[in-house]
Amino acid sequence: MRKEYKLRCGYLLLNMTVISVLVFLVLPAFIVIPMSFGSSEYLKFPPVDFSLKWYSEFIKSERWVGSLWLSLQVAVCTTVIATLVGTLASLAMTRGNFPGKALVNTIIISPMIVPVIILAIAIYGLYAKLGMIGTRAGLVSAHTVLALPYVFLIMTSNLHQFDISLELAAMNLGANRIKTFFFVTLPLIFPGMMTSAIFAFITSFDELVVANFISGIRGTTLPKQMFDGIRLEVSPVVASVSSILIVVSIVTILLLQSLRSEEPKSQEGRSLGSKIDI
Amino acid sequence: MRKSYLKTESVVEYSLSTSMVLLLPIFLLYLIYFVYPLGRLFPISCFEPKFTFKNYAQFFEESVYFSILLRTLRVSAIVTVVCLIVGYPVAHSLAYAKGRRLVIFFACIVLPFWTSILVRNYAWIVLLQRNGLINTLLQWVGLVDEPLRLLYTEPAVMVGMIHFLLPLMILPIYSVLKRIDPNLVLAAYNLGANPWSTFLRVIFPLSLPGVGAGMSIVFVIGLGFFITPALLGGPKNLMISTLIENQLNINDWPFAAAIAFILLLITILLMMIFNKTIGFDKIYRREL
Repeated sequence: MRKEYKLRCGYLLLNMTVISVLVFLVLPAFIVIPMSFGSSEYLKFPPVDFSLKWYSEFIKSERWVGSLWLSLQVAVCTTVIATLVGTLASLAMTRGNFPGKALVNTIIISPMIVPVIILAIAIYGLYAKLGMIGTRAGLVSAHTVLALPYVFLIMTSNLHQFDISLELAAMNLGANRIKTFFFVTLPLIFPGMMTSAIFAFITSFDELVVANFISGIRGTTLPKQMFDGIRLEVSPVVASVSSILIVVSIVTILLLQSLRSEEPKSQEGRSLGSKIDI
Repeated sequence: MRKSYLKTESVVEYSLSTSMVLLLPIFLLYLIYFVYPLGRLFPISCFEPKFTFKNYAQFFEESVYFSILLRTLRVSAIVTVVCLIVGYPVAHSLAYAKGRRLVIFFACIVLPFWTSILVRNYAWIVLLQRNGLINTLLQWVGLVDEPLRLLYTEPAVMVGMIHFLLPLMILPIYSVLKRIDPNLVLAAYNLGANPWSTFLRVIFPLSLPGVGAGMSIVFVIGLGFFITPALLGGPKNLMISTLIENQLNINDWPFAAAIAFILLLITILLMMIFNKTIGFDKIYRREL
């Protein structure tokens, strides 16, 4: 009897710990949303009144809208390049056979491991020399390098699960290599490519550390604009932008979930992957 | 006949030249925007213009700089331990959760994971500021008489880092726990073990690879953290990455390169040690 009581207490304690940790994880994001609807100059929670002041301020400000537009452009370019280049590389790595494969694998993943701040100042040094500070091409190139490891890892695992006998069947039925690739291989790896594309897009769209150094005056991305907004003036516009970004991340998760159900064979939590940006 | 056999094989297994062509774009990109810029760091840090180790000597001899390295290591270590203590129970519950509970748990871990770190740090600024929610609550309960200074302190940086890194601790532990054969747990019960000793003697030892992977990844990422110390820390709690930015801002480019190179070496060294002892690339390879 007493033993059971002790056991129950143990489970209760465990559950309470878990719930408080989960609240700790989720709550801060949700604090921002109600706050963005206040009108006070100072960040107040809970807000005293309801207004869309900071949203209209955001839309009216040329600086904020311009940075959003730049971020979108850079993220789209990064997504296209990283998804294509990364898919080609993962095809070579899963189906090719050449010496030094393990080393090549490590090199491709390494931008994920090297602290971003180091890459940021290294790239700053390069761009200062080449006059690429504040250019779109500069931002896209740097973000592509940061996004490629994610694309590569997702596509490699996708291709490992790929049933090669389907391709063999197509060849057997008389399709040539190119036809097989476009009518059999590509449709099957397409959901994986979409997942990679989402990872690449978010990697670029959220990226701040590199952008902080190489954006210069001309190329302020949305994260950089937010960073300055928080650091220099604690502007409440940041609250409205943050709320929009939270909605974007919820949409992202739902998109990934729907893609996951289309993948050939999915393990739990795999597509959630590990997105590491600092 | 023979010809078509060869053709079939080549679609499944690429030749050396095909592989090289496919890898060419990624190699060019990495060469120009990754390998070359990183490779320049060391020469920049010790030629100005004559070869000198002056910048490295300065870093290790002047206590201001060296203490920043020590602080970075200490903060990362504390964050790692807290993440483990707090994250393990969550990973455990997650591994045994089912149905709606599982969905809610996952949502709570994945949502912050996908939310921009800027948004999250901003939320912490709002919560921790002088007249923020936490100070208001503390005063209301009567624990403190006047608002505490919470923001721009080292604990504030740690809270922000833990909030970011916790999912990275939970997910590898979860995936290892999930793979433990449930029959082992049943066998332990059958042999008379109670839940607590089953956990200590069966589940926990089997989950150690996940614990190792989570701890090393959290520690290494913690070392290079930039945004959180910049936003939640004050000028008195510089970490390595914010020090690099400071040096760059005062245009001491060789010294900034030297610090970055030191951080790079520490990171590579730690990754090699962790990989040797834990082999966590195996876990992540299956994970992603």
